[in-house]
Parts: sequence; C-alpha cells; structure tokens
Amino acid sequence: MSLDAKIPDGPIEQKWDNHRFDLKLVNPANKRKHSVIVVGTGLAGASASASLAELGYNVHSFCIQDSPRRAHSIAAQGGINAAKNYQNDGDSVYRLFYDTVKGGDYRSREANVYRLAQISNNIIDQCVAQGVPFAREYGGTLGNRSFGGAQVSRTFYARGQTGQQLLLGAYSALMRQVGAGKVTQHSRKEMLDLVVADGHARGIITRDLVTGKLERWSADAVVLATGGYGNVFFLSTNAIACNVTAAWRAAKRGAYFANPCYTQIHPTCIPVSGSYQSKLTLMSESLRNDGRVWVPKKQGDNRAPEQIPEDERDYYLERRYPSFGNLVPRDVASRNAKAVCDDGRGVGSTGLAVYLDFRDAIQRDGEDLIRQKYGNLFSMYEEITDENPYSSPMRIYPAVHYTMGGLWVDYNLMSTVPGLFVIGEANFSDHGANRLGASALMQGLADGYFILPYTVGGYIAAEGEDIGTDHAAFAEAEEAVKERTGKLLGVNGSRTVDDFHRELGSIVWDHCGMSRTADGLKLAQQKVRDLRDQFWSDVTVLGSEGEFNQTLERAGRVADFIEFGELMIQDALQRNESCGAHFREEHQTDDGEALRDDENFSYVAAWEHKGVGEEPVLHREDLHFDTVSLTQRSYK
Amino acid sequence: MNLTLKVWRQKNDAGEGQLETYPVSDVSPDMSFLEMLDVLNEQLTLKGEEPIAFDSDCREGICGMCSLVINGVAHGGEKGATTCQLYMRKFKDGDTITIEPWRAAAFPVVKDLVTDRSSFDRIMQVGGYVSVNTGSSPDGNSILISQDLSEEAMDAAACIGCGACVASCKNASAMLFVSAKIKHLNVLPQGQPERRKRVEAMLQAMEDEGFGNCSNEYECEAVCPKEISVDTIAFVNREYVKAKLKLI
Repeated sequence: MSLDAKIPDGPIEQKWDNHRFDLKLVNPANKRKHSVIVVGTGLAGASASASLAELGYNVHSFCIQDSPRRAHSIAAQGGINAAKNYQNDGDSVYRLFYDTVKGGDYRSREANVYRLAQISNNIIDQCVAQGVPFAREYGGTLGNRSFGGAQVSRTFYARGQTGQQLLLGAYSALMRQVGAGKVTQHSRKEMLDLVVADGHARGIITRDLVTGKLERWSADAVVLATGGYGNVFFLSTNAIACNVTAAWRAAKRGAYFANPCYTQIHPTCIPVSGSYQSKLTLMSESLRNDGRVWVPKKQGDNRAPEQIPEDERDYYLERRYPSFGNLVPRDVASRNAKAVCDDGRGVGSTGLAVYLDFRDAIQRDGEDLIRQKYGNLFSMYEEITDENPYSSPMRIYPAVHYTMGGLWVDYNLMSTVPGLFVIGEANFSDHGANRLGASALMQGLADGYFILPYTVGGYIAAEGEDIGTDHAAFAEAEEAVKERTGKLLGVNGSRTVDDFHRELGSIVWDHCGMSRTADGLKLAQQKVRDLRDQFWSDVTVLGSEGEFNQTLERAGRVADFIEFGELMIQDALQRNESCGAHFREEHQTDDGEALRDDENFSYVAAWEHKGVGEEPVLHREDLHFDTVSLTQRSYK
Repeated sequence: MNLTLKVWRQKNDAGEGQLETYPVSDVSPDMSFLEMLDVLNEQLTLKGEEPIAFDSDCREGICGMCSLVINGVAHGGEKGATTCQLYMRKFKDGDTITIEPWRAAAFPVVKDLVTDRSSFDRIMQVGGYVSVNTGSSPDGNSILISQDLSEEAMDAAACIGCGACVASCKNASAMLFVSAKIKHLNVLPQGQPERRKRVEAMLQAMEDEGFGNCSNEYECEAVCPKEISVDTIAFVNREYVKAKLKLI
C-alpha cells in the first residue's frame, strides 16, 4: 500500500494557501467547546499550545519536567533560519527550500519543505514581537550569520543560546494562556499510552510522576510534541530524560513510524572520557566558521598538537572539499572524522577525536574577537575538559544529536491514526535523511505556531469529538499501563536499568551509527532481541508504583528504547542505499561519498507495528520531485 | 579518589528528612558531580537500597533542572556554573561533601533532593510575557533595537529559572529571578505597553507564593549560574517606584 500524504494540488508556491482555504473552519464561538491535548512543551509543543489557546480551544499541556520551560529545545545553541534576505545576499524562500531539500539528500517531501521555507519569515517576526533578544547590527536591525554549510547569511541567533530564548518566548506565550485559563498545564506527568476509540485518537493515559497515580484524559484531538529518540544510543547530546516512549506507545496503537534509521550525528561534540559518562556535550558548529579541523598525517602520532609542524597536519575537510572546507554539512563532517580515526590518525587518549584549531583565527582576528564570538563555548569546553582552547586546539568527535525520523504524518501533520497529530522533532517530515544547521528550531516553531493550529481546526470541524473518559478504550489502555508497570517492578533481577541502556547504546552506536553494513545490522538485530529478553528477565527496579520513582520512569523508557531500537535497525537494513546521515558502506562513490539509489529508494519507509517480536509491515510513501531535480550532493 | 557523602533523604513532602552517610570510592576527577551521584545510585541499587532522587535533565547548564546545595552553597560554588557543570576535580581525596535540596517554603521538597518549583511558573503567568497573539506581529526589522539594549535584555533573559537565588537567600526571596524576567521585557520596546502592569503583578505574585523580600545580601548574585547582576534588582525597584507613581 502506498501512503497518501494528502499533498494539495497546484503549483508549489500556492499549495499552502490553497490548502488553508480548503480546510474546514471551526466557528470562533464554538472553539471553546473543543479541547486539545498537547504532549510536550518544547518549541513545537509550547508554541502549539499557546496558539491553539489564543484561537479559543481548551488546551491540556503535559510535560515530564518540573516546568514546561525545561524542555530540551532550550539547549539549542546555534540559531534559526529564515529566508528574510535581510543581508541582500540572494536568499529567497526558494533558496531556503532548495537548500533544505538538497541538504536532506532528496528524502524529504517537497511540499512540506516549501511551506516550511515560506513560514520561516513569520516565525522571526513572531519571536521578535515576543521580545526574543536576537543579535542586532549597529543600526538596530536584526543580525545574521552563515551557519551549517549555508552560503547565505540567513541564521538569526541570540548569543549561543538561541534555543533557550526562542523556548522562553514560546513558554511565555504558554504561561500567558495558562494565566488566562485557556491552557491547563500538567507538569511532571508522563504520557504512557494513547487511547484510540473507533479508529480515532481520543485521549491519553498519564502517570503522575510525583504520586504515581494513573489518569485518563480525553479531548477532540491529541498532539504529540515529544521530541526525538536520540537517547536510544544512551550517549547523545539529548537531555537525560529525552525518550521515545510517547511516540513508541502511539506506534503500538497504530501510528506508523517513518524513517527511524535517519539519525543525525553532530560533528562537533566533546569526546567521551570514561564509562561513567552520562551524556555528551555539543559545541555549536558555529565554531567551524573560524576553527580548522585537522589530524596528524602520520598514524599514531602522539606528539602534543603544538609540536606537530604545519606540513605534517592534514586539514582533511579543506583538502577534500575545497569549496565548503570546514563548513560541509554535518553528515559529511562526521563521516570524515570517523574515517580519519578509523585510519589510526585520531587524537587524544582514546584516539577517537580530531582537532578543532583556532590558532589561525586568533592570529588573524586577535583573541579578543574570538572571545567575543565564542567565549561561552570556550569556557564550557574548559570546564568539562580542563584544557584551554585558546592555547591548544579543542578535541572533538561526532555524537548523536537529532533524529530526522519520527512518526509518519501527512501534509496536515496528522499521523495514520486520525486525530493524532505529531509535530517538531517527533515527526519525520521536513529534514529528509539529514538536517541542516539552524533548521530544527525553524521546523518546531513552524509546526507549532503556524501549521498545526489550522490543520487541527480542519480535523475538529470535520471529525473531532471528545468522548469522555468512560469509554471502554480508556479502561483498556489504563489497564495495559498498569500491567506493564507491574511487570517492570516484578522482575527483581540483578542488572540496573542504566546498565541495559548502556549496552543498547553501544550496540546501536557500533552497528547503526555513523556507518552501517548489512552484516553488522543483522548482528545488531539479534543482539537487541537478546537484550530485550534479558531486560525482562533480569532488570531490577526498586521502590513502588505509587510514589516518585525515577528508576521506574527510566525503566519504562529503556524498555521502549529496546523495542524501538529493533525497528531502527530493521529500517537501516531495508534501506539498501546510502543517503544523508544513513551511510551503508556497501553503497559509496569512488571517493567515499554517500551513493543514493533514487530508482529504488526514493520513498519514505513507514512501519506498521504488529506486536513485540513480530515482523513490522513496511508501507511506502513515494517521493516525487517536481520542482528540484535530483543531483549527487557535492560540497567539493 | 574516595569521598564521604552526607545526603538529605526524605520520603515525600509529608515526611521528615535526615542526612544519611554514604562512602563513594574510585571517583574519577573527570566525572561531573551528577555522574558521581549516578555511580553511587548504581551501587545502591545493586545493594537493594533505594537510589537517591535528584533532578537533572540537559546536563549542560541551560535547562535549570539540577538543583543541589553542596556544602551549604547552591550549585556548589563554582563561578557561573550549575550543579551539572561541577566536576569532581574541584574536590580532594578524602573530602566529606554535604548535599541538600533547595530550601524555601515556596519550593516544597518532593523527595530527597527534588523540590517543586512550580511557583516560578505561576509568577510568570501574571506578566512574564508580551501580549502578542501568534500572527499579529509586524516585520522583525520594523522594531529597531540598539546592540546595547539588546545585550542588556539578553543579560537578564539568560536566567535559567533554577532557583539558586532563592536557595541562597536567607529570606528565600525570588527577587533576582523575578527581576531578571521583568527587566528582560521592560527594557525592550516590545515590553513597554505592559511595563507597569508587569512589575506590579509579578512582584505581587512573588509575595503571594510565599517568597521573602530582598534585604540586599547579594547571595543570589554570588551563586547565580548565569551571573545575573543584583543591578537587575535595583532596576526593578526603580520600576516599582515609577509604577506606583504612575510614571510608567
């Protein structure tokens, strides 16, 4: 079966306009009779909740943290793209659209990406109006920088804390609606199941993380804005609590999961230092604007970097990609770092790092200017590593950072379960096989502020209904949650939850990380299946259900990651080509670049869950490129 | 290195708590403070003892979730850093370290080292925003803001809402947090229409939540992980006077 993405007819520039006109409207006076559940309060969730409430809907907003302001969007450093062309450097909606489709290695949906580029400009206006303190030029206009491989300056930023400031903007809009009584905020409540009745998403089951109480919530529509699944790798730049649970439980209730194998490995992170490590820290890739990436030419060269003369250094990105140099997209930069380390030329105690060197930039611009641009990043690096990056180069290595895959959604951002919408990183739609820098914030806010509020209305006007929580489907879902929790607490085994999580992470990192092979993936598949059995027979979860129990929370999430990990591997195995961040060693060009197979793999892989341990069913959405022509991505 | 921890254990908000002693061995100086607690929790779990509950999320100093008082100092005394950014190389072999939760009437303990800071959200709900609905904004460049002003707003907006200012204050005042939120918007052109209402409403909400008043101890500034200056409080005091005199 081919999936219908419900892409509107007409020229690409007019699709969104036409579609907004075609969507049914809910009478303004009737909106107050309808309610929407929004799970997650990051950029997508907070902006959606606030915007829906402004329109008049009653919103129930949920987050697992102690405050909606803590969602992990807050950690985004670099910036947000928009096609304003304020710099007069030739940018346009079309160019942003084109760059994003190309950057995604032609595995995203053209119509969605075009809409994203169109909306990008409204986002900046909205955020400025909220008081987001973006960087300014001397004349008081908005400042821009070039970012993540773009050849125009279209990135808006607020120091190295753009995500924080945008999230605080969305959070303040959300708080305003809580104050106005239009949003009810439920913090420290975790969604543990989706309730589907008569084929429609009608509510959710949550666990109160303080008291352990299970609760039922019903609404006309359910929106998931629960972020990505990067923590399947255990070590990632995600926050500790980021998880796949809400999305995975929705998948088990019938929502197809699309392209789970597309995971972005960010090239500039601080390398792993020991087995106790709980997370990896990203260094904004804006550093690549001035830092030069290199390794020694000689294998096993363990001299201090300052003692390695210029002609014995390999500035491999500049050498291989003379036109983009150190600014090649993330997937290319990461893969090259892995290649030089695999070649025995990695640096540092583990040999799993490359240098990011500011010596030349400091000589050229002076230490003051570099401090002004990157001061906070440099001090962060020094705090963590105890090394001074002004005097010796940083050591960096790629780390899991973002997941392009997610629940499948149509043009309305609705999943295969009617009434269940998925926005932000939790859906799959806009980044294809690789996300460009400064595009995640753009997509989260586009979905939440400017797309979902219309499309949810269209659904509610046609088929929305709040059936209340007495329906048998609620009782069944609550019972299922209770049973699973009981099972987790009842194993009483000998291994900790984190121990399982760490093992899962190392399996998927080794075999389904920066590069993949059919043999490795098959091996990993078996290992993850075995791990699932071991988990359910040997995990230990102390404490009880009816209390604040962080181990129980993590156990549920790790159990879901294990099930999900199997699907991720399966997806990587079926995608018998290389594209974007998905690099299958069997498929590369003569000079080692990703080799796509457009004839056979120009589709979205959407997986239907058939039960744990059962073979999932693959559904394809064929991708059509009517506006841009498919080319080999080249950054030479 | 080997350490002795004295950790506050408390079953829930109704119960009473006490300090319990735990030895930890083989701590690497490159571990973060929270990773050291992770290791201890793993050991406790394997012994069948319930692990210590503590809040953390991003572990890179920006989400504001982590919140430990270490040896009597909120976030442990490393300048401009949160608890998660504190590394064990700052301690010596044989040290005894006391770990407690934020202590303030307006931040009730949930369990062990975890507190409830929803009072901050409620303060935000009465004025920590610009009343602009989605879609009703002019072009971004139609509002000109000088670099200096933007920087001044950003200095205040950098607040991560962790509550260390409250935990360090003998009055448990939230004045630094509330001032940072007010100043961020009150200096910007976008915040002008609601300038008076914002300062009055948010200060009132702070009082209603049970936070104390500011008596110029400057403890908040000393522990603020984002190094927000007490000048921010002075700014808001001036705003408050102007608001009362209807000058804004």
